[in-house]
Amino acid sequence: MSLFRAQLRREWFLLIQNNEEVLNPLFFLFLAISLFALATGGGPDVLRDYAPAIIWVLVLLANLLSLEGLFRRDFEDGTLELLVLKAEPAFLALLAKVLVHWAFSGLAMALLSPLAALILYLPTSALPTLMLGLLIGTPALSLIGAVGAALTVGLKRGGALLALLVLPLYVPILIFGAGAVLEQMAGIETLAQIYWLGVITMASLTLAPFAVQAALRVSLEQ
Amino acid sequence: MALTDTLRRWWHKLGSPRWFYEISGPWQTGLAVLATLLLLVGTIWGLAIAPADYQQGNSFRIIYVHVPTAIVSQTAYLLMGAAGLVLLVWRMKLADMVLAATVPFGMSMTALALFTGAVWGKPTWGAWWVWDARTTSMLVMLFLYIGLYALRQAIPREEAAGRACAVLALVGTVNIPIIKYSVDWWLTLHQPATFKLTEAPSMPAEMYLPLLLNVLGIYCLFGTNLIGRLKVTILERESRTQWVRQLVGSSGR
Repeated sequence: MSLFRAQLRREWFLLIQNNEEVLNPLFFLFLAISLFALATGGGPDVLRDYAPAIIWVLVLLANLLSLEGLFRRDFEDGTLELLVLKAEPAFLALLAKVLVHWAFSGLAMALLSPLAALILYLPTSALPTLMLGLLIGTPALSLIGAVGAALTVGLKRGGALLALLVLPLYVPILIFGAGAVLEQMAGIETLAQIYWLGVITMASLTLAPFAVQAALRVSLEQ
Repeated sequence: MALTDTLRRWWHKLGSPRWFYEISGPWQTGLAVLATLLLLVGTIWGLAIAPADYQQGNSFRIIYVHVPTAIVSQTAYLLMGAAGLVLLVWRMKLADMVLAATVPFGMSMTALALFTGAVWGKPTWGAWWVWDARTTSMLVMLFLYIGLYALRQAIPREEAAGRACAVLALVGTVNIPIIKYSVDWWLTLHQPATFKLTEAPSMPAEMYLPLLLNVLGIYCLFGTNLIGRLKVTILERESRTQWVRQLVGSSGR
């Protein structure tokens, strides 16, 4: 457990120091949202209808952008190799890494989502569902994405490949997350989708660390 | 006990690509003959002899291509998941080869199923593409296949590429039920059932049997294709061993 805590501290301080890694995906999120507003003409009716889709899709993409750097620096300076070889158990240290990544990407996006909802004219009544869905669903994005990042970290141009590997696996999260908000707007009970997001997050919390560890072992051998 | 002993011995033998290469020849021929027969009879029966559908007319006949390709593409993905597990747990060389050999076949079958679905959808649903639950989950599966293919291409070292693909195939296999379920649910919530084909599961035998033959035939084709690819891969990867050199040398080169 002390390993877990030490790793959490280390990642936390590293990300605070290199804050452009955290901030750039967030800037991207809002930049892309405004692109949608510009492209659709900014009409409140259109934007309101598409707001859940726009926000969720862009959260997926912003998350993907931030994943590229998840293992990169540690891979290049050799820290990752030591971690995977020496830390006991390694998956716990890796889990700490992913959780800190989530705190600065998924959690940050969930906390900023009211602002995104505001500029897309999302009804206030749908806001709790949006935030709750993001809060519960985004850990799964970081966890599943970490597997993809671990598989591609050793490759020179892994960016597009990472998207190709990870986005199909994000499909259920997108469907339940955006679906919940849409249903809330239509006045239907949405708790079931939120529960499903919880299921996916719990399942990836239990399984993904092992997959990340296996994938990193492969990448480190190259 | 005798059965478990036989199984264990067989399992150990599977670890040797050479053993597989030597015993698989007759299997490949047998499966090829079966595949040709089944597919010929099933296709001719289905396309020419089976009665036309009372509602869809002759356009329903694409079912004899569509359903077999769709079924076999899903089986191929499951097989890759199983091969991935075997590779990661037992480090069996042959499992990596199975993983590599299944991707092109599964990918093309998925693409074919989507294409024939589109061709069928145009006269039946009035649109080439409908975001229906099954079409969507097949499309996601095609992307999963493409991802596996791209990952293998991107990693230069063969062994590392194999194990990376194994991890991805396993993650994908765990995800497929979730994807399928989420997409099914999305459909039932958002789309009326009018897009569904007329519910007629009680197909008459003269329509059903050719379909069954074609499904069996395409499995045999998959088997033949897999063994053929495996044999080439074995020769390629084991090209430095004595037995391959002797084999290639003795066959007149």
